[in-house]
Amino acid sequence: MQSAAPLVKMSGVEKNFGAARALTGVDFEVNRGSCVGLVGHNGAGKSTLMNVLSGVILPDEGEVQIGGVLLDNGYDPAGAARHGVRSVFQELSLCPNLTVAENLRISHPSIKGIGWRKAARKVILDELDRIFPGHGISPDTEVSSLSIARRQMVEIARAFSSVTSKIELVILDEPTSSLDQNSAAQLVDFVRQFVGKGGSVILISHLLGEILDASDKIVVMRDGRSVAVDEARNFDRARLVRDMGDVLAENSEFGARSGAKREGPPVVTGPAEDEHQLVLYPGEIVGFAGLSGHGQTEMLVRIFEAAQGARGPIVATDRAAFVAGDRQTDGIFPLWSITQNIFVSSLERLKKGLSFDFERAEREAQDWQSRLSVRTPDMGNNILSLSGGNQQKALFARALGSDAGIVLMDDPMRGVDVGTKQEVYEILAEEAANGRALIWYTTETDELKHCDRVYVFREGKIVAELSGDALNEANILGASFEKEDA
Amino acid sequence: MARFLTPKALRTLLPALSLAALLAAIFYLQPRTMSYFGLNLLLNLAVPIALATIAQMFILCVNDLDLSLGAFVSLTACITATWLNDTPLLGVLALAACVVAYGALGALIHLRNLPSIVVTLGMSFVWTGIAVLILPTPGGSAPEWIRTLMTLKPSLVPFPIIASVVIALVVHIGLMRSAAGTVLRGAGGNPKSVERAGWSLLRVKVTMFSLAGLFGVFSGMALVGLTTSADANIALRYTLLSIAGGILGGGEFVGGRVSPVGAVIGAITLALAGSFLSFLRLNPDWQIGAQGAILILVLALRLLVSSRERRI
Repeated sequence: MQSAAPLVKMSGVEKNFGAARALTGVDFEVNRGSCVGLVGHNGAGKSTLMNVLSGVILPDEGEVQIGGVLLDNGYDPAGAARHGVRSVFQELSLCPNLTVAENLRISHPSIKGIGWRKAARKVILDELDRIFPGHGISPDTEVSSLSIARRQMVEIARAFSSVTSKIELVILDEPTSSLDQNSAAQLVDFVRQFVGKGGSVILISHLLGEILDASDKIVVMRDGRSVAVDEARNFDRARLVRDMGDVLAENSEFGARSGAKREGPPVVTGPAEDEHQLVLYPGEIVGFAGLSGHGQTEMLVRIFEAAQGARGPIVATDRAAFVAGDRQTDGIFPLWSITQNIFVSSLERLKKGLSFDFERAEREAQDWQSRLSVRTPDMGNNILSLSGGNQQKALFARALGSDAGIVLMDDPMRGVDVGTKQEVYEILAEEAANGRALIWYTTETDELKHCDRVYVFREGKIVAELSGDALNEANILGASFEKEDA
Repeated sequence: MARFLTPKALRTLLPALSLAALLAAIFYLQPRTMSYFGLNLLLNLAVPIALATIAQMFILCVNDLDLSLGAFVSLTACITATWLNDTPLLGVLALAACVVAYGALGALIHLRNLPSIVVTLGMSFVWTGIAVLILPTPGGSAPEWIRTLMTLKPSLVPFPIIASVVIALVVHIGLMRSAAGTVLRGAGGNPKSVERAGWSLLRVKVTMFSLAGLFGVFSGMALVGLTTSADANIALRYTLLSIAGGILGGGEFVGGRVSPVGAVIGAITLALAGSFLSFLRLNPDWQIGAQGAILILVLALRLLVSSRERRI
């Protein structure tokens, strides 16, 4: 099939989000009748590339051709659908208030008129039977009452179903993340059948076994570039993990911090029955790693709740402060000044009689400004007058300024420039040396170099604890992607 | 037994069960209401409330809230009692303009991404102002044909019951069963995915707001047909009644979860609650509070049912 022109041809695609370079000149091809596996670590650019291909975002540079037709600026999701491109994205995109059959109608405008319901029922049921035999889903069930796994099945079946519109390429972004093994295997079989009939599939998955089984060709992405493109049979698990990681990265820096002394009792202890029990000692910086969305944030929230006195399997013996990663929704109070934003978690400490000690707050704000070098003429300015990185510094000051012994950080460096990062790393090391215990969830492997120990998360559980010599990128990646049979 | 009484079925049946319980209580207190004439009298005023509730339901379906509906129904009642009666052509044009204005509000709310509560709250003063200009003092008179329609006396089944069933069925088929209605409801459940599938959310919003305007106009006309005259404040309480009726009937404030049949039943329940309290010889001062208590009771029951649903 290599003789025919490729179905999809993307060349030199670039996309920047502010200062962050999501895609730096990617070339990407999909042939008719083939399945392309796409793998890479967090932020490698997989989802951005697929969003460009399906018309959700426009690239800054480069061109996209489908079936030999150059797609210009007017390209949008509806245009993608006209070219026969369908997508199943990670966030579920069904309408929860409609039935399974009604959801099919949303994506197939050609189903209409009297008897449309019957037609829709038949199309979706046939497709479900074809992909997931024995699925047990009724087309008249409201989607909200289906389990997550079944919703995902419906979504996949909807993407593969065809009424009058053509269907050339289906993009599956983590399609099996909530399917059980049996259904996931059914899907891999179906993908092979579909490809055999001349269709094309792009498969993104963190289960490397699945990628190796289903794909003809595998593209490995790292840092917004495709770093390896080869026939699937030339890959194995070890090579995929190796290619995903930065082989030449200065692994030497890993473990530079480890070997910190453990003094006194731990401030956080997880359930003892876990294979890798979570413990945190004062003076430690502990990293949370793994692919994003595998339970790291949930764990941070549970520790935070335990520190506030919630009963549960996690025990925390000190107070905790939280540094949110999503500044806009979880972090800042947009109408307040920088000073007010910093002291919102220290109100108790800065009380003077019945009122708030504004002078002291002002003085401490000045200290924080010089310590974190917050770039502003006046700490009384509105928080939004700061750049993103400096807003994040204010959030760090809020957490570090409180008297909490535990600091929980939820991917706090998202969209922060390199200079700021270096400054914050130093502050964190200082705070740890002062006896604070820090947990740092980050999606950037490089940042784990600043941790004493790292817990790797997969599917909501801690699957590895790395420290000392074992703490390096290869081991982190290996544990993030491990498959059940490995 | 347990198989049929699933929490989901219970939740669907809850509005009907509340209505049945209320009716049973009224029949027990005042057996004379259990007649053609009695039912006619009891349910007469439920028809405009049901129409207004349907109008509110269209707005709820796209995750918005209309706080101007009562003022709007008052305005259309004033137009019906004056222009539509005296100069029918001008009346029809004015009512059509009202519907178009509602659609335009929907477009404004969508395009500027404004909170519907604020926009409609502001518009409620506009509607009342226009109504006062058209009819400064209570008065006017109902066009003869509306009067005839609203006082129909079909044999066997009283008119309000037939009207309610027709309203519920027409909207049910249009919104819940048709292919186009599915897209309208889908836009309430997951707007992003509906837009990604190539539908225009602007058109959805305009359609829903126009439908709400249309049913608001119907509500005002029906009200004048019953009262034979209008004033600028005649239907102000419809705003809250329609929201309460829509929610009572199984609708939810967000997520595109609405039920036309439930909305009509909810409206009738609220209309009957007033009569029920009169039959109890409750001091009228307490009636509004007691109506609220009934509402809280039914909603608490629903919460109980849904929490059981979640546990299963």
